[in-house]
Amino acid sequence: MTMASQQLIRRRSGIHGRQNATGWLFIAPVVIILGLFLALPVAMAAWVSVSDWTGRGSPFSAATNFVGTENYKAILSGGGLAERDFGTALRNNFYYVILTVPLQTALSLLLAVLVNRRILKGRGFFRTAFYFPSVTSSVAITVLWLFLFSASGVVNKLLALIGVAGPNWFQDPNGVLHLIAGSLGITTPPASLAGNTLLGVSWWEWLSGPSVAMSAFILMAVFTTSGTFMLLFIAALQNLRGELEEAAMLDGASGWQRFWYVTLPMLRPTLFTVITLGLIGTWQVFDQIYTGTQGGPAKTTLTPAFLSFSTAFNNQQWGQGAAIGFLLFAIIIFFAIIQRLILRERTTVPRRKRFNPPPPKGGTK
Amino acid sequence: MTVSPISPRLIDAENQASPPQTSNQRPAPPSPRARKPATWGWTVYVVLILLAIIYIFPFLINIATSFKTEPDAAADPLSLVPATWTAAAYERLFLNSDFPVWFKNSIVVTVFVTAGRVFFDLLAGYALARLRFRGRSVVFAALIAVMAVPGVVLLIPKFLVINQLGIYDSYFGMIIPLLADAAGVFIMKNFFESIPVSVEEQAKVDGAGTFRTFWSIVLPMSVPAVMTIVILSFQGSWNELSHFIVSTQDPALTTLTKGVAQLSSGQLSAGTQYPLKLAAAAIMTIPVAIVFFIFQKRIMNATAGAVKE
Repeated sequence: MTMASQQLIRRRSGIHGRQNATGWLFIAPVVIILGLFLALPVAMAAWVSVSDWTGRGSPFSAATNFVGTENYKAILSGGGLAERDFGTALRNNFYYVILTVPLQTALSLLLAVLVNRRILKGRGFFRTAFYFPSVTSSVAITVLWLFLFSASGVVNKLLALIGVAGPNWFQDPNGVLHLIAGSLGITTPPASLAGNTLLGVSWWEWLSGPSVAMSAFILMAVFTTSGTFMLLFIAALQNLRGELEEAAMLDGASGWQRFWYVTLPMLRPTLFTVITLGLIGTWQVFDQIYTGTQGGPAKTTLTPAFLSFSTAFNNQQWGQGAAIGFLLFAIIIFFAIIQRLILRERTTVPRRKRFNPPPPKGGTK
Repeated sequence: MTVSPISPRLIDAENQASPPQTSNQRPAPPSPRARKPATWGWTVYVVLILLAIIYIFPFLINIATSFKTEPDAAADPLSLVPATWTAAAYERLFLNSDFPVWFKNSIVVTVFVTAGRVFFDLLAGYALARLRFRGRSVVFAALIAVMAVPGVVLLIPKFLVINQLGIYDSYFGMIIPLLADAAGVFIMKNFFESIPVSVEEQAKVDGAGTFRTFWSIVLPMSVPAVMTIVILSFQGSWNELSHFIVSTQDPALTTLTKGVAQLSSGQLSAGTQYPLKLAAAAIMTIPVAIVFFIFQKRIMNATAGAVKE
């Protein structure tokens, strides 16, 4: 709220009482709905996550007992299937995040810079083409992706044109890093990696990389999100003042140098917004998994979000499902806070340092 | 693209010192109107066109395959022209499956959610921007907190409440929770703060009450922002999946997203049937695509604006 309008409102305080009532009347529907379907559910789920509710009757009836942190223990240190599944889901999603976020950020920045050039014919066409996948539903895109990446599908036909025999993407549970290790002759894991486990998953399995199936999902995420983030970068690029670039141009900086030392540092806030949104979004993969693979093959596309759902709705382990949900919530909040902290730090970098291009030697990388 | 005839005298010397990676980009001439060597300009177009093909081609494949026969789709997935054109997939969807029911449900939910969101967001946005009432800042802070809660974390919680309230497997359970739209409230609030308060002041001086002012002064002015909300919530509720999974199980209440997702994951035991699935995917994309192409400028601005807040 701007200062001016705030002051105006203050001056109008003669009808304060009536505004009080009208204000609450206007805001009530939103408050009630948000309270009923956001705040209250979270509280109820918190209770379920420490209870032994089986999905029958009300979770608040006498038949449901308080079990303390048992559900959380089963997931984090139970030694059983619940722990192993959670570990597997975390691993899968971790690789999904760590590959998707940099790829989508880099691609959307590239698209924005290309589309935002001052002299460009057909700018509207290109912008539309790149943004369109972002408005379509994740279900429709997943259906399309299953076809494109099927065993004898479009992608494999294209790969065959350049002499590569493509994998059976969505049926292939092999980890990409394991495949690379295998091609280097490492097929049996070293005992130190196979013997030790974390969350029920051996270190060797943690180091598998995304499965081939998950890689197809990663490509899909990059395809569908790059348009949205491109728009954010375009908006930021258009807010930049041209003078600095022109000054750099006069100083003889090449196009690449201007981008790397002038434009990119000024885009830093947007860059961090995009990365934060990317981190938050990629930890929430659900629709694609539900539509595409339901966690398979061999649980390599299982994600915490889908695991939380299937644990509760398919296996009737409501307490554990809710607990997984809260752990996922914690992960997402953690990354959001980390990003906030880094962003705060970065904005205080001295201006001189940000805008002075270093001497050409050893400058560009 | 024109090639600059000006020879870059001063800059040349400095360019010699730069590393070889950048040497293929010739130094820019002093003219600020970005005249670049023709080769660089062509490269950009080639890259852009290649990327555009990668982005568009899958959708063309989608449409083409939906008109193919199943053996044709499997044998020649790359071809954009079906060997034999057939609308069998569409016929089966509309005449011989639950698809029309899914479509109807999606429309019902989308219409009600969009109308409801516009109404509630308008009221709440106006109250937060213009009216001074006790607890306003608390409500505002709560809205910000609510926006931070990730949607998938709410799957089980939402089911619990919907179940407890006895609106599981009903349109109420599908529609009412989706009316909660903190982001839309923010868009409306920001919009109201961007228009001068003086018009409303004038109406107040003339003796109009808050409701009267809102109805006959504020509402007509807010058409652009309302359109933004309409587009965003249309898109959001048409494409929504997870909420319908947890709020219904009755096949008569299945929406397009849920139905097609189940068709795709084989829960309806449909086999591969790619033409059928891709026809379904194409149809569910059409409404969003139409809205997108009509309002694309506004959509792109709204997307950038909504996320930036």
